[in-house]
Amino acid sequence: MGGVKSIPSPAISADERSHEVDHPSSQVAHFGAEQPLRLDCGVDLTPFQIAYQTYGELNADRSNAILICHALTGDQHVANVHPVTGKPGWWETLVGPGRPIDPKHYFIICSNVIGGCMGSTGPASINPATGKVWGLDFPVITIPDMVRAQAMLIDRLGIDTLFAVVGGSMGGMQVLQWTAAYPARVFSALAIACATRHSAQNIAFHELGRQAVMADPDWDGGGYADRGTHPHRGLAVARMAAHITYLSDAALHRKFGRRMQDRELPTFSFDADFQVESYLRYQGSSFVERFDANSYLYLTRAMDYFDIAADHGGVLAKAFADIKTRFCVVSFTSDWLFPTSESRALVHALNASSARVSFAEIETDRGHDAFLLDVPEFFDISRAFLQSAGKARGLKDR
Amino acid sequence: MPLDGVAAKPSGDYRVDHLLVAEMVKPGSKVLDVGCGEGDLLQLLEARGIDGRGIELSREGVNRCVAKGLAVVQGDADTDLVNYPDDAFDYVILSQTLQATRQPRVVLENLLRIGRRAIVSFPNFGFWKMRLQLLIGGHMPRTENLPATWYDTANIHFCTIKDFVELCDEINVKMERSVALDLYGRPVPLNLPWWVWNMFGEQAVFLLSRGGGK
Repeated sequence: MGGVKSIPSPAISADERSHEVDHPSSQVAHFGAEQPLRLDCGVDLTPFQIAYQTYGELNADRSNAILICHALTGDQHVANVHPVTGKPGWWETLVGPGRPIDPKHYFIICSNVIGGCMGSTGPASINPATGKVWGLDFPVITIPDMVRAQAMLIDRLGIDTLFAVVGGSMGGMQVLQWTAAYPARVFSALAIACATRHSAQNIAFHELGRQAVMADPDWDGGGYADRGTHPHRGLAVARMAAHITYLSDAALHRKFGRRMQDRELPTFSFDADFQVESYLRYQGSSFVERFDANSYLYLTRAMDYFDIAADHGGVLAKAFADIKTRFCVVSFTSDWLFPTSESRALVHALNASSARVSFAEIETDRGHDAFLLDVPEFFDISRAFLQSAGKARGLKDR
Repeated sequence: MPLDGVAAKPSGDYRVDHLLVAEMVKPGSKVLDVGCGEGDLLQLLEARGIDGRGIELSREGVNRCVAKGLAVVQGDADTDLVNYPDDAFDYVILSQTLQATRQPRVVLENLLRIGRRAIVSFPNFGFWKMRLQLLIGGHMPRTENLPATWYDTANIHFCTIKDFVELCDEINVKMERSVALDLYGRPVPLNLPWWVWNMFGEQAVFLLSRGGGK
């Protein structure tokens, strides 16, 4: 039996998923012809929409807003049950009652990125010019494009300065882009497990994922939506490969070792004999239930193009010249996707700009994914950083 | 409710040399504490309205500082000071760390490049008890503040007050203030000659600035 064949078809139908694309179970900000989104590729995207969730209440002087930026496969459902999967919010360890980012104190905003597939305009949305799904006709987007769209949403919400912008991985890239593009609008920035540019190795892994999607006959040149199919096998393989990069050798060994899955002996086949295989297949098949394959291509591409220094004459420190934003940078020892050296380069640039920066490397064997997991030291640091910034911002004692 | 540990502690909780250092820093200034440990001095400075930043070598130290809301980064005085621009700070503090650096002279020069002033405190190896341990006991001195044995100490470049003054002269550094503290943390009276300081100061604190062109 071929390994790929044993990835089950999604339990959630394409219809259910595509309903969230255009009619999300979220608040939606619509931007008409008078407010196009100017993309880095030169295209004015219009009309477009941003789907977002909010938690807590904006205070009277509009000074307690925190924007959460989601990672590659995340979405706006940071702290509520997911409308497609029924699972808890993806960052409920950090965001929620009693957590470091508590809706009791902050007005928390999380929006689906432009190019995403959970309600913000992206390749899975309907192109109003044709009445059909955008597919590969959708313009290529960048991290700065995502942030530009978020800034338009923040304007729409009547917020001038965000108390904090917080994100990990691709979300961390958005945090850094916010501080580089709108330094006066970001009082504090918490950038976790990220980098100021995507490394060659990371671009390579993304290319592997994209090729897996494009090699699936159901991808059909990106036009699968018109045929009512979805390249779930290719996308699942992409997710499996990516998922390995989110973990670590030590974590995989601790979790699975060489243990067998529901059997004592090898079957001498290509069935999932090992627990680690079964786990990866599960990760792949559950991912395709909630994610659009073309959206995956666009978002990985956006990360590949990200390079803040290149946008500032090749000198990273110039991106943060005279910045008043308070920074907290966090990395994890076993993260080989965004290793500590990347964070250190960022910190050096921030030091060169005399920015106020805290930088903690947290010891864990859980790899890149550590930022989403229960890592108490990370929460302590996040909480203290935001409390200290809140004091400086004059937020009410709590 | 104030943050844990950020509320001003009664002065009795602070180390004497920290209080002395804090008193040398003008309110409202911007300070970098190199080798800030667990952030005790930075907390004292922040409680006085000073914009404090820190560098610390040990990950545990850094993470404790950050968890106190302090702006501290992991870094090494020997290698990471070069990343800071000229005149970035009003003061750069090196508290009980000089003797643990690989290149004290380069570090000192960097302190006064990054900061308009530097405050340096260090244990005085010319202290009479140290001399006595070497002279009578015949072994490398160990004290309450420096308990490590010679083979596991991080302190690789000990000096006396006299040595330090000579280095300052050599690299054209101006000594604006200097205080020696005796065994009980009391300042050695100012009117006494240098050799007395070098003999009875257990540690010394210097406020330095760039000398005129030589």
